[in-house]
Amino acid sequence: MDTEQNQAPSDARPVLEAPDIARVLTRIAHEIVERAKGADDVVLLGIPTRGVFLARRLAAKLEEITDRKVPVGSLDITMYRDDLRMHPPRALARTEIPGDGIDGRLVVLVDDVLFSGRTIRAALDALGDIGRPRAVQLAVLVDRGHRELPIRADYVGKNLPTSLRETVKVLLAEEDGRDTVLLGAKPDQ
Amino acid sequence: MQRHLISAADLSRDDAVLILDTAEEMARVADRPIKKLPTLRGRTIVNLFFEDSTRTRISFEAAEKRLSADVINFTAKGSSVSKGESLKDTAQTLEAMGVDAVVIRHGASGAPYRLATSGWIDAAVVNAGDGTHQHPTQALLDAFTMRRRLVGRDTGLGQDLSGKRVTIVGDVLHSRVARSNVDLLHTLGAEVTLVAPPTLVPVGVESWPCEVSYDLDAVLPKSDAVMMLRVQRERMNAAFFPTEREYSRRYGLDGDRMARMPEHAIVMHPGPMVRGMEITAEVADSDRCTVVEQVANGVSIRMAVLYLLLGGNEPAVSHARTTEEK
Amino acid sequence: MSKILIRGARILGGEPQDVLIDGETIEAVGTGLSAEGAEVVEAAGKVLLPGLVDLHTHLREPGREDSETVLTGTRAAASGGYTAVFAMANTFPVADTAGVVEQVYRLGREHGYCDVQPIGAVTVGLEGKKLAELGAMHDSAAGVTVFSDDGKCVDDAVIMRRALEYVKAFGGVVAQHAQEPRLTEGAQMNEGIVSAELGLGGWPAVAEESIIARDVLLAEHVGSRVHICHLSTAGSVEIVRWAKSRGIDVTAEVTPHHLLLTDELVRTYNPVYKVNPPLRTEADVHALRQALADGTIDIVATDHAPHPHEDKDCEWAAAAMGMVGLETALSVVQETMVETGLLDWAQVADRMSVAPARIGQAAGHGRPVSAGEPANLTLVDTAYRGSVDPAGFASRSRNTPYEGRELPGRVTHTWLRGKATLVDGKLT
Repeated sequence: MDTEQNQAPSDARPVLEAPDIARVLTRIAHEIVERAKGADDVVLLGIPTRGVFLARRLAAKLEEITDRKVPVGSLDITMYRDDLRMHPPRALARTEIPGDGIDGRLVVLVDDVLFSGRTIRAALDALGDIGRPRAVQLAVLVDRGHRELPIRADYVGKNLPTSLRETVKVLLAEEDGRDTVLLGAKPDQ
Repeated sequence: MQRHLISAADLSRDDAVLILDTAEEMARVADRPIKKLPTLRGRTIVNLFFEDSTRTRISFEAAEKRLSADVINFTAKGSSVSKGESLKDTAQTLEAMGVDAVVIRHGASGAPYRLATSGWIDAAVVNAGDGTHQHPTQALLDAFTMRRRLVGRDTGLGQDLSGKRVTIVGDVLHSRVARSNVDLLHTLGAEVTLVAPPTLVPVGVESWPCEVSYDLDAVLPKSDAVMMLRVQRERMNAAFFPTEREYSRRYGLDGDRMARMPEHAIVMHPGPMVRGMEITAEVADSDRCTVVEQVANGVSIRMAVLYLLLGGNEPAVSHARTTEEK
Repeated sequence: MSKILIRGARILGGEPQDVLIDGETIEAVGTGLSAEGAEVVEAAGKVLLPGLVDLHTHLREPGREDSETVLTGTRAAASGGYTAVFAMANTFPVADTAGVVEQVYRLGREHGYCDVQPIGAVTVGLEGKKLAELGAMHDSAAGVTVFSDDGKCVDDAVIMRRALEYVKAFGGVVAQHAQEPRLTEGAQMNEGIVSAELGLGGWPAVAEESIIARDVLLAEHVGSRVHICHLSTAGSVEIVRWAKSRGIDVTAEVTPHHLLLTDELVRTYNPVYKVNPPLRTEADVHALRQALADGTIDIVATDHAPHPHEDKDCEWAAAAMGMVGLETALSVVQETMVETGLLDWAQVADRMSVAPARIGQAAGHGRPVSAGEPANLTLVDTAYRGSVDPAGFASRSRNTPYEGRELPGRVTHTWLRGKATLVDGKLT
């Protein structure tokens, strides 16, 4: 959810274009099937906003591969953030857990960008209040480094070495009208 | 939204919709195995109740605990603390203990406003009902209940109550619920009609954004929601109406009257109901009556209000989502 | 006592003249008076008025010395330009006997800041049931001529009738606090649009007007005169106007705050605006100003009602009713009546000195500023503008609704029988 920006930096350059994103998601889907040995107990939970769209796209691809319906939902982590007191309260996004729940399932969390790892930490806390999965894995479109917590992704679309002075912006057709990942300089504060 | 919640009239349409949307998410917590969120961990909230109201206090307490706040209950029953000095002194004493928010119920209209504006304390103030003035969280939970029933749980998200016709029946004069609802429902685009005997409508009501009628039967067929207010029997002694029987004949809701409401229309009541006075058991127990839902919704609404007032470094100021970079 | 020459003062707002005081009396009024042997007060541009007379003051002594005493109250009076105040009877004990009124009268004389004329209670203990010893209070050293249960209404029509009749024997007058008690049970503010929104118990205009209507008819029937305290509604004005046109012997007062403030202020829930009768609407304020201008309302009376801080630093319902007013009255009248062109300074002198002295029979007060008259005088710097700072009040209480508000005019000097009680804005 924290990938939103008011505007793309003016000097941003694309690092992934629409066909790249599609290809990368297909690859991740295959990796999930392979590592989960058929993915029959996989539940995909996207982290709002763009993680949810990515999770739905992954679910569609998993269905193509396995010919089975894959439960997909969303997990809003706002209430579990560790920086709540640094900002005004945020509007909550939807948490939608698929009907059969997550107990004993393999939950794959899906987000667009992996950065400090704090979002995923919050997601793990949120998950713990909802149920007890067999295992939890993490899929991200972009890993830009600079982790502040001992967290890593199981499935990465693209490793993107960045400077802290740079910003990564993921645009998706469902929300932004087009698919692209932009890398640019952080606007002056 | 401001730092305090004193009056439903202080809420903009966007503020109100944000609260309702947030409450919709909070409601989902009730369906989880662990009905708790860590959001207000380390925050201390005092429930300062100068009037008996177990229902409202428990509802706030449940909301506070589900958000992991530390809760102090202060019930100042009796007359020894009903004096002015005591409100100030009590509030200051509590704040000295490190309280982040005060949820106050007080018999004097304006007491929460005084507490929030007099410089006595710094904590956020949430009005849990003051005299015959306001009860904003009640109005919010009523609006939430109406939006769920009349617009839809999911389709209602982001929506207000435009065009919905709400009829509020009973002791408007002494009702903070009526005042709060008139303000909030108007803000949310609903059309409100008050129905009461003329003795129980305040002088000055003509400035309120609503209609006034003395004829319940004429209004019922044009209502999407009918909210029955509690009528205390002691009002009879002050000549507001002659007898209980006459009141319930003219202004009570029974099965026959309910049948004149549109199919989809709901019956609401802030509780506690006086069965046989303003509402018959047949109506109170029917599935069109939302009394029990209102109680459940009250917890969600209060969670939303507390989150939006206390969840960040400052209250949520607008519907706009805060963004950050990655 | 030495001579004082007040040089170049505009008497009643007229052309500059000198006024020479010798001892307790005005010796001469004219231009170019000799200053020989006299202390000179330069008064160029200032307005000289007869010492102001307040027919409605609460001095709180005996009983509530935590809010005001005769000393602090009369110092506040001198500070506001008053040379005589009528002290209301709702003290503890109630001023319903010769003993209490004599004590209050004597304290005023001893302190020497302002003459204190006690008002006697109409009924024993202000309970509205049994007439107090009105004659004994009149015959006492205090010489009581005005009787009032102020704070409470003499609501029993028979008691009111008897009181009106009884005081005729010694030329007294009953001052009625017009408030029908049943219509104002639980009342917290004016009943209307604002009370409906705020959920505060309403004090309807009719509760005042119905009593005034009854009392002017009673006065007519028994041939007595009646004085109506603190008129606050347009309807009350109409009734008094009608009564006067019928020849009924009625006089009426209005407070400064009812000339300026409206019930919109109650939206702050700040009890500093809580007063009885309550602040009314803009339309009422307008009617009261017109009535004071055209003489329907005879006088301005402060209803100076001191309360300790803790009685106002609380929620509205728990707060005491009343405002202090002695030290701001003239400024409020200048703002609302003079600067609006409704009254000139000669008329202000009538409404705030001459007429109240006449109604209350305060000998030596409200007299013309001319040779041979008692030197009870007030000098006003009408060009002054400043914001009200209660910290500077001489009153023991600070419950003013004007804190921080800019008001025109400032009393710089007050003389009580030739003795300066206020010099350059400072009490002596």
